[in-house]
Amino acid sequence: MWSYFARRVAIGIPTLWAIITVCFFMMRLTPGGPFDGEAPVPPEILANLRARFHLDDPLWRQYLDYLANLLRGDFGPSFKYRDFNVTTLIAQGFPVSLQNGFSALVIAIMIGVPLGIFAALGQNTRRDYTVSAFAMTGIVIPNFIMGHVLILIFGVWLKDSVFHLPAGGWADGALANRVLPVFCLSLPYIAYLVRITRGSMIEAMRANYIRTARAKGLPFRLVVLRHALKSALIPVVTFLGPATAFLLTGSMVVETIFQIPGIGRYFVQGALNRDYTLVMGVTILSAALVIAMNLIVDLLYSLLDPRVRYEGKQ
Amino acid sequence: MSASVLDLKNLSVRFATPEGEVAAVSELSLSVGKGECLGIVGESGSGKSQTFLAAMGLLARNGRAVGEAIFGGINLAAADENTLNRLRGNKLAMIFQDPMTSLTPHMKVGHQLTEVLVRHRNLKFPAARDRAIAMLRRVQISEPERRFEMYPHELSGGLRQRVMIAMALMCGPELIIADEPTTALDVTVQAQILDLIRRAKEELGTAVILITHDLGVVAGMADRVGVMYAGRIVELGEVHQIFNAPQHPYTKGLLACTPRLDDATASALVTIPGQPPDLQQLPTGCAYHPRCGNVMERCRAAAPPLMSTGGGGLKACFLENFGSVQAGTVVP
Ligand SMILES: Nc1ncnc2c1ncn2[C@@H]1O[C@H](COP(=O)(O)OP(=O)(O)OP(=O)(O)O)[C@@H](O)[C@H]1O
Ligand SMILES: [Mg+2]
Repeated sequence: MWSYFARRVAIGIPTLWAIITVCFFMMRLTPGGPFDGEAPVPPEILANLRARFHLDDPLWRQYLDYLANLLRGDFGPSFKYRDFNVTTLIAQGFPVSLQNGFSALVIAIMIGVPLGIFAALGQNTRRDYTVSAFAMTGIVIPNFIMGHVLILIFGVWLKDSVFHLPAGGWADGALANRVLPVFCLSLPYIAYLVRITRGSMIEAMRANYIRTARAKGLPFRLVVLRHALKSALIPVVTFLGPATAFLLTGSMVVETIFQIPGIGRYFVQGALNRDYTLVMGVTILSAALVIAMNLIVDLLYSLLDPRVRYEGKQ
Repeated sequence: MSASVLDLKNLSVRFATPEGEVAAVSELSLSVGKGECLGIVGESGSGKSQTFLAAMGLLARNGRAVGEAIFGGINLAAADENTLNRLRGNKLAMIFQDPMTSLTPHMKVGHQLTEVLVRHRNLKFPAARDRAIAMLRRVQISEPERRFEMYPHELSGGLRQRVMIAMALMCGPELIIADEPTTALDVTVQAQILDLIRRAKEELGTAVILITHDLGVVAGMADRVGVMYAGRIVELGEVHQIFNAPQHPYTKGLLACTPRLDDATASALVTIPGQPPDLQQLPTGCAYHPRCGNVMERCRAAAPPLMSTGGGGLKACFLENFGSVQAGTVVP
């Protein structure tokens, strides 16, 4: 089994390289460049800038240089934030996004999964309909609306009460500043998890082996927790793999609304500004996370279902 | 016959469906004696499984049981989950048709056995493990210590069904309900599984309800046989009577459908014409009359009640002179 995972890690490296390559050339193919601002830059300055960032080198040359720098852990200088290099920007922004994303993830799992089970076990009763309606709401309300509604309620209307929360800003990660963005981030994930868990739990409870477990006289609680839960969690894990990668790399919407210095914002700004290296840096980080999460998901599958085996099949 | 273990009295099973309520079992009454093996036969959909799932309190969510299923003085059809849970797996056990899907895939089979003892006998794991391994040996599973640690997918269908039997026998039940225990298995394995059930019955004095659509299975095992059609018992009697002198045209039809190796004349396949009825739209009168070769005017008007046959059995048929009964249609 471990050799399987070692091989998976080894396969991850060329995958990552392919993503880097595609992304690199796609960025260069998009019209415009990093210095096409609103105010035209004088030609001499532009020439200087292009020379400084090696944009006049042949493309293959730039590509090889970029790869060589990457191998040294250097993501290159940002074209927009000229005094920073991308490594620094990521080192500043990523921990912030990571913390928020992780908190949102934990909250989403702790609320969404039990709520989904609760709804499933009362299938087609009032509690099921209530929970499902809540989940549907959470899914259809986009978080740029939810974010502003939260700000309106807790930042404006409740301004003079004990429930007041800052409408934005990070304040070096003060708890009060985290509450709204984390909640806003987790809400759609709670909703998705409720739906997925509910569906898979209903499915699991229909299995023949659940009837066997009940025929043994096991109390309902044990039937659910010991016999049904594991297989019900498989679709949940499948969903959580990519969802985790997505959450941890920061949400540009939420980070923009709440003015949080995470890396989600860099991605959009970078793309708009044709900040080649910044976009590349964030993409590589996301891609690496997705690859890692897929690996973890596979590992969890084998824990949830003994039929999943990673024997060294060639 | 000695005192009975299970008494069904006017037991009905109804399901709520989008098309309305269907009665899968209608006012069925029968009893199973201590240590007896009662065979239940009938075509697919005749309500065999639902009758006894109702007695186990294991109906689907949209189903409900009306009437009585008395076991040890308790009406199982009306008992709450706690009461049922004290009996199920303990005094009352069930073996299901499909051993491939009836064991929890992510639990070691050993653990699935011991949890019965932990639940009903309050044993700690090591003691429960010893008993479980002994039981695996008893159902003739070789290397029980090794199998104990295995997951269901690592066992063959026959072995899994043995595990199911071991599970059912774990607490020495008074009654085992075996719902088509051999249908999903190879013929050679079938005989071994039936043999295990027979031995449990003989050695432990457990009563067995053997549900099957294979009359051959019933012939070798059952003391009495109940024949079901459209949610009702149409004939009930001693096994030799059912086979040698069936009193209901449907029973006779079923027997004619069963190929017999010892019968040189039965060279052609015989089938009962028509289809089992739609429970939503049962025919008036006797539910079997549209397929019956001996149908009379009164069969269309009223359903025959269960009446006693000469030989101590019961039949639900108006026919009196049975010698002339048509068994079925010979398919050339
Ligand atoms: N959950 C349900 N909802 C509606 N109808 C059901 C439900 N479960 C069973 N039935 C119906 O009840 C009838 C009796 O089913 P049952 O399972 O007892 O048949 P059976 O005699 O055991 O047949 P088989 O030999 O196929 O196992 C069938 O017609 C079936 O369609
Ligand atoms: Mg059945």
